[in-house]
Amino acid sequence: MRDEAVTITNQTESSLRIVGFLCNWCSYGGADTAGVCRFRQPPLLRIIRIPCTGRMDPMFVVKALIQGVDGVLVSGCHPKDCHYAVGNFYARRRLELVGRFLPFIGIDPRRFRYTWVSASEGQRWQQVVTEFSALIAALGPNPGFSAHVR
Amino acid sequence: MRIGVFVCRCGTNIAGTVDTQAVAARALASPDVVYATELLYTCSEPGQQEIQNAVLSHRLQGVVVAACSPRMHELTFRRAVEKAGLNRYMLEMANIREHVSWIGQDKAANTEKAVELVRMAVAKVRRNEPLFGSQVPLTKRVMVIGGGVAGIQAALDCADAGLDVVLVEREPTIGGKMAKLDKTFPTIDCSSCILGPKMVDVAQNENITLHTATEVESLSGTIGNFTVTLRKKAVYVDWDACTGCGLCMEKCPSKKHPDGFNEGLATAPAIRIPFPQAIPKKAHIERSACRYFTTGKCRVCQKICPVGAVRFDMEDRQVVENVGAVIVATGYDLFDPAAYGEYGAGRYPDVITGMQFERILSASGPFGGHIRRPSDGREPRDIVFVACVGSRDKSVGRPYCSGVCCMVIAKQAILARDHLPEARCYVFYMDIRAPGKNYDEFVRRAVEEYGVQYIRGRVGKIYPKGDRLVVQGADTLLGAQVEVEADLVVLATGVEPSRGARELAEKLHISADTHGFFMEGHPKLKPVETNTAGIYLAGACQGPKDIPASVAQGSAAAAKVLALFARDSMTTDPQTAHVAEKVCIGCGKCLTVCPFGAIQWKTLRDGTKKAQVLETVCQGCGLCNATCPPKAVQLRHFTDDQILAELEALCA
Repeated sequence: MRDEAVTITNQTESSLRIVGFLCNWCSYGGADTAGVCRFRQPPLLRIIRIPCTGRMDPMFVVKALIQGVDGVLVSGCHPKDCHYAVGNFYARRRLELVGRFLPFIGIDPRRFRYTWVSASEGQRWQQVVTEFSALIAALGPNPGFSAHVR
Repeated sequence: MRIGVFVCRCGTNIAGTVDTQAVAARALASPDVVYATELLYTCSEPGQQEIQNAVLSHRLQGVVVAACSPRMHELTFRRAVEKAGLNRYMLEMANIREHVSWIGQDKAANTEKAVELVRMAVAKVRRNEPLFGSQVPLTKRVMVIGGGVAGIQAALDCADAGLDVVLVEREPTIGGKMAKLDKTFPTIDCSSCILGPKMVDVAQNENITLHTATEVESLSGTIGNFTVTLRKKAVYVDWDACTGCGLCMEKCPSKKHPDGFNEGLATAPAIRIPFPQAIPKKAHIERSACRYFTTGKCRVCQKICPVGAVRFDMEDRQVVENVGAVIVATGYDLFDPAAYGEYGAGRYPDVITGMQFERILSASGPFGGHIRRPSDGREPRDIVFVACVGSRDKSVGRPYCSGVCCMVIAKQAILARDHLPEARCYVFYMDIRAPGKNYDEFVRRAVEEYGVQYIRGRVGKIYPKGDRLVVQGADTLLGAQVEVEADLVVLATGVEPSRGARELAEKLHISADTHGFFMEGHPKLKPVETNTAGIYLAGACQGPKDIPASVAQGSAAAAKVLALFARDSMTTDPQTAHVAEKVCIGCGKCLTVCPFGAIQWKTLRDGTKKAQVLETVCQGCGLCNATCPPKAVQLRHFTDDQILAELEALCA
């Protein structure tokens, strides 16, 4: 795990950025748990805390990618474990849809991922971040919206 | 706006892998930042004082603290800025410890990441507004879910302090697992002698409303004002009339049904009082066992009952209780050893669980307290105990230690030797975990005084040989295979969450960990709180626990409830949704998505309809915000403007 994290940093010379939208109750806690357990992760991710993935406006994903962020990661409570009962069900529909919409505006849909990580799943969080960071590193910098507009 | 940035070194926790001085220096480049510094321990008294001094001397209007997780110290710093005269919502935190310094070793990359997180937090705080909560009255009643020893302790503590307590238990009687135990370690106290009086106290306490044979159906509302719907299951006996005389049990013709209280080692009639000390001591009918319910004929109990309490037409009924806080104490269940096919539990009658052995030891158990084998009723000569059956074993999905079994085995081996001085006891164990007060001494007693033979190693197989069993295992200290012939094998089955725990977590909007145990607010500092305000935990529902720890948590949860109820009203969280009426198009989408019914219609004077948020009902999830087509509904403190500002600061 350690070696992988280091190689990503070297490869990209810390120019890549992933923005994470994490729900306050589960995934933000999961990311905290990963930190407390000192689970090494590549340094690409910048986390924005939101109350619930239900707060997640699909527009945030699109805006982030248009503005040149290289990857967007959304994470919330596991389905049926939402602090607000149903927020992540709405999020799942919307995020599923926005993922399919991205190719229409010329954005590689692999640059967007959503997942569920609970507050106790520090190890799983490490795995999610490492895998997604590796994918974004492999995809390289986001050519951006403008690259496709003629 | 004038913003101050405080970058915490957290000793070396942050400063070890982040150049905090550079982070502070570069923060000055962000718009509106007029002051930036690093501090050794920002959360300490001098650290907080430093923030307050800076707020006053630099006339700061917004504060960014780059330190640990806001889940850890947001409240601390909100209070600190409030003391300096700022509104507490004019604070933002950048998490540069859990999300930066602790997960990477590359100082340059970490510093860059911290700089960006601070820039994002500054962008957010520039758009923060002072927020004020409103005061709402509290319902000073508490519900305790689960009537085991932890729930009983919590209920009694709250009731003794004068609170109205609603105690809900799924089974027809309270007492939980402890009521089934014969003796308790490490003192060999009689379990029912110490629990019994507490159960009676519950029954007699005027402040406690007891609902047994009752389950929680749903919960709504927030801290201070919850509405809980309960389902009282039909017991087919009118408990107001039933005197608990037990005549029906004697006369019931359908007697050959497994007795759950005796772990299936004895039989019980279809109409039964669970055990002699049951609270409430009332009869109920097991529908699947009852001759009348299965064949339509019988009604013997109805005819015989001296007070005419039997009601075959009884139905489940809903009860609604309003409470201000909830203590969850649903306890545990035991691992089903059938997963270990090679041990033969269920196939060989003399391979039993620890709880079954507990019933055999009990004077009120199936053999009146004499140790006999379930198969032929013979006294066993050789008893083998197998530890870690469903504990510390990834292959059955139970990687955790159940914590109590080592002690249970030592207790049972001592008791077995007490009952049958001729018997030989063997224990197959992996490691002995005995960290409690007087626990290790207790295990030593089992070995030294009672001659219990401890064999370090796992059991591979148990097979019958004549009317005995052969336990085949490894002795890892000798490095040899061993075989022990036994008359009785006791499997120390592990602790798992109570059945239905996940469903309950969902109903209460609390979380459970990977194994299904309920999650505490913080592993060290909030052991009895959950992440849902007003809902507390006690006992083994949070993780495997012995009796002293469960009782301590029951009292701890009660203390939290009493602290909550020490005031008469509480301030609501002002991070709620708000409708900009001029922008609202009256589509009503927010009304349909709100999980809490917190949005209602409001008719303006000209007859147009607009959405309106009931701020005391709103929980602040922001679902309406994401749903609103013209973005008229905005969640305060997490508005589109604020979130996008963070995003833009990252991209800048």
